[in-house]
Amino acid sequence: MNENILQITDPVLSLHDLTVAYDTNKAVKNVSVGFRKNSVTAIMGPSGCGKSTLLRAINRMHELYENITTTGQIILNGTDITQMPTIQVRRRMGMVFQRPNPFPTMSIYDNVIAGYKLNGIRLKKGEKDDIVEKSLTDVTLWDEVKDSLFKRGTFLSGGQQQRLCIARALAFSPEIILLDEPTSALDPIATSKIEDLLVHLKENYTIILVTHNMAQAARISDYSLFMYLGDLVEYDKTKKMFTNPRDRRTEEYLTGKFG
Amino acid sequence: MQNTDTHRNKGLPRTRLLKDKAARWLVIAFSVLTISPIILIIYKLIVKGIGQISFDFVTQTTPDTFEAMTAVASGERIPGGIANGIAGTVLMVVLASVIAIPIGIITGIYLYENQGKKRADFVRNISDILQGVPSIVLGLIAYLWVVKHITQGFSALAGSAALAIMMLPMMVRSTEETFKMIPVSLKEAALALGVPYYRVILQVMIPTGFSGIMTGILLAVSRVIGETAPLMLTALGSTLVNWDVTRPTSAIPLLIWEFYNDPNMVGLIWSSSLLLMGLVLIFNLLSKWIASNRT
Repeated sequence: MNENILQITDPVLSLHDLTVAYDTNKAVKNVSVGFRKNSVTAIMGPSGCGKSTLLRAINRMHELYENITTTGQIILNGTDITQMPTIQVRRRMGMVFQRPNPFPTMSIYDNVIAGYKLNGIRLKKGEKDDIVEKSLTDVTLWDEVKDSLFKRGTFLSGGQQQRLCIARALAFSPEIILLDEPTSALDPIATSKIEDLLVHLKENYTIILVTHNMAQAARISDYSLFMYLGDLVEYDKTKKMFTNPRDRRTEEYLTGKFG
Repeated sequence: MQNTDTHRNKGLPRTRLLKDKAARWLVIAFSVLTISPIILIIYKLIVKGIGQISFDFVTQTTPDTFEAMTAVASGERIPGGIANGIAGTVLMVVLASVIAIPIGIITGIYLYENQGKKRADFVRNISDILQGVPSIVLGLIAYLWVVKHITQGFSALAGSAALAIMMLPMMVRSTEETFKMIPVSLKEAALALGVPYYRVILQVMIPTGFSGIMTGILLAVSRVIGETAPLMLTALGSTLVNWDVTRPTSAIPLLIWEFYNDPNMVGLIWSSSLLLMGLVLIFNLLSKWIASNRT
């Protein structure tokens, strides 16, 4: 075991020897790591280090593309999800993408309950209303959109759209929320709103966040994971990693020598 | 337009200014030349055809040649109309759409989902070749397959089959191109919610690409609605309004051809063409309107 990698006891999610390859080119190499429940874990590293690839391996998004192969185990609350149908796996995890992507044909209301609607799960009107209100309140969007719930989601600003996408992920009460550079397409004000939101959301959810913004990782994450060229270089409490990195590469990245 | 006269051009040699002017006028002249046929066509059709257009024209069937001759001789309006052609065109185009649209969309989805794979490239190439097959040849094929073996005689079904084969490659292409323009992240967003693949296609991809697919349908319809050659070999024509797909059926373009060959009916050519042109124009404008209203 690598001594630069923090061991989490009783993790909600753990990866064991996870390797992801595009054709024969390995983008993530033998990563083994555990994630603490109700915390924000940031995955950082320079472009091309495999951070998004690692995140997308967790909800098995790579299986859509034939040239990508994933090996290793992913244990979520004690069960190996690599053996489960992807549909079940993905319903247990929410994902938020780099660019806001609300469904353009749906209203704000329908976007929030899209997970139910698209899966053909029928809910009573009251249940739907409750889920929409709760999810939108959780992402601090309720007051801004409560009078225009039946307008298209695409009419919102970029920051609002991204919060709507987070609400869509929350509506299914996932065990984990995966975010792939959720603020990279947003302005600083929208970014800070989302950051505040994530800090507040960790009370109820476990959050894994990919970012190439070191300051963001320092501001909101409890744990940080530093990746470089597909290797997991270092994993530690964020405060500790930013003040006292153990690996030379982590230190160079954090001090701006590359990346 | 104005910049030749502004201060920027002061001090330039006269020849360069003249060349610039000449080039500009040449471009304008050719643009006018390009749009003039359509304007002349519509003008001519309206002038010569509007006189025959009436309620009867769209509700009555074609007159026989003797009736037409008497009317022409006494200087009256030719009686009757082209209801049999309108009904036939509607019947065959609708049936062709019912056949071609689902197959075309499903094939388009297949091509979109299998970008860069050999099998898909093969299908795409074949579909492109199909688009280039002369329509009379498609008529011949429909004659062999449907007229000879299925309906045992000329029929609307055979005409629809020929038109459907013409529409198919257009539907395939427009569906594939439409889907390619939808961001992949939208598909991934739905899949990340644990939505099964077929529901993603039906409930996310098709609704999102709806306007594009609709545009493709309208363009394909407006393309086949005026087809004459394949129908000559398949639907043959009829003087009656016919809704039975196993029987010979008329169509507006078929009637135009028949009127052309009958000296007493020549007067009906213009009004029938005007109607056909109007339909094509409506479909074209509708498709442009839908395309420009994309979200």
